[in-house]
Amino acid sequence: MTMHPSSAAIAQYAAGGRGLDEAAVWSVEIHLEECADCRARLAGRAAGDTLALLDRVAAGLDREIAAGPAPVRRARRWSGPRRRWLVVALAPWATMTVAVLLCASVLNRLLPGLPSLVLLLAPVAPLPAVAAAWSRRLDPAGELISSTPVAGLTMLLRRTLGVLAVIVPVLALIGAGTGTSLALMLLPCLAFTAGTLAVGALVGVPRAAAGLGALWALAVVAPTLITEDLPVVLRPGSAAVWALATAVLAGAVVRRAADFRRLTSHS
Amino acid sequence: MRMVRAADTAPTAYPWIVQADGLRVKAGTHLAVDGLDLALGTGVHALLGPNGAGKTTLMRALATVVKPVGGTLTVLGAPVHGRAELRRVRRALGYLPQHFGFYPRFTVREFVEYVAWLKEMPKPEVPAAVQRAIDRVGLAAKADARMKTLSGGMLRRAGIAQAIVNDPELLLLDEPTVGLDPEQRLDFRELLRDLGVDSCVLVSTHLVEDVVAACTDVVLLNEGRLVHSGTTASLIAEGGSSDAGDSPAERGYSALLRRHRAEAGR
Repeated sequence: MTMHPSSAAIAQYAAGGRGLDEAAVWSVEIHLEECADCRARLAGRAAGDTLALLDRVAAGLDREIAAGPAPVRRARRWSGPRRRWLVVALAPWATMTVAVLLCASVLNRLLPGLPSLVLLLAPVAPLPAVAAAWSRRLDPAGELISSTPVAGLTMLLRRTLGVLAVIVPVLALIGAGTGTSLALMLLPCLAFTAGTLAVGALVGVPRAAAGLGALWALAVVAPTLITEDLPVVLRPGSAAVWALATAVLAGAVVRRAADFRRLTSHS
Repeated sequence: MRMVRAADTAPTAYPWIVQADGLRVKAGTHLAVDGLDLALGTGVHALLGPNGAGKTTLMRALATVVKPVGGTLTVLGAPVHGRAELRRVRRALGYLPQHFGFYPRFTVREFVEYVAWLKEMPKPEVPAAVQRAIDRVGLAAKADARMKTLSGGMLRRAGIAQAIVNDPELLLLDEPTVGLDPEQRLDFRELLRDLGVDSCVLVSTHLVEDVVAACTDVVLLNEGRLVHSGTTASLIAEGGSSDAGDSPAERGYSALLRRHRAEAGR
């Protein structure tokens, strides 16, 4: 910041710049724009009729503002465009997932002999919507977005959280209704989401989601349906393992943050 | 109007806004840009070349969308060919892709605001910058119309508005004149000349008359390689009376391409 102008210079400036050359007026003016103290000094130096004029202007403005229409409120801040796009784009995927989970819970009610289908599906429930949130084909402005500074892990995490915000409460509600352990319902789900992002750093998120989903279906869901016995990975003792896996995979995602900078390099 | 900040008047520490050395970029599995050396400063540069010359792939590499597979690429003094941090460069970029995807339910203003947010512009500056960008492309009357109701030419102009909203230092326009009527193209040339005063504008186009009217320099590509880089006058000077084309610039264009193909064929 420049030096504070002298009291004499401020007084001359207040008097309309008389006695100051043009350059001096400019330097006082630029200083005043940045310095509240000097503005206060200027207000004290102004001549009586200037202050009266300012008062008159202020009173007039207040009157006009009071008489004019009220300012338009920005309606519904929560539905800002970017959120609206995400809601519109992900609504079908989230609806489908929720419907499948509800069907599974109804099926379990009808056939009590089966192992909990919701528990079996919970780990992979968020994957279709996560894949959709980061697929360039489903985002019309994907090419444009990937050239902007926001593109990257932050944006991916923001969209993933949007998906989890829908899926996790649904899982928790169904889990509470059937009396399944909440940790076993949610921890595998979080571990698989983190795993999808971690593998997605290497091969692209949609491909990672498809691969992990298929792996889970073949290795766990299919054998369980055949043997009708809950696999060891979904028994209460394995919750700690899932928690550890979630933490490790989330750490891996953060370490690979640079791989998400180019949206299109993989997908 | 906005305040001039110290950063705006600071001297730049790099000689060229875009500098490529032996740049190689793949489009899918095909090597679309193959060993390109290029240096661009401020001004309006036309990117010319036949279909499949690698214009769009070069644009995408400059827009930091695709990662080059070889060579070095420096944009605004920062390397963008490796795993480098791209945030600062991307804030100073404007990009109109060849296939401009948009959200049909957004109004023009909402879309340009969204892009301003994507480019991390300071929040207080956004409304004024959005209005200015929309005014500059002559879309003020349609600012609050939904994008699905716009005609092709209007969409192209909305695309240009989102590209210039952050007053980019490097502006990449991939075929911006497609769908514009003759009068709009004249306005667009005016806008280009205006933008080229203090930023680097790279315009890919097939319309040679646009180049002569609005561009200061010409970059001619063929099959991923640089054929010619120089002023518009140098392009015109290459053409002889025996070359194909209806204008001096078109004759220069076809003469350069013919010579380059003959050399490559040998």
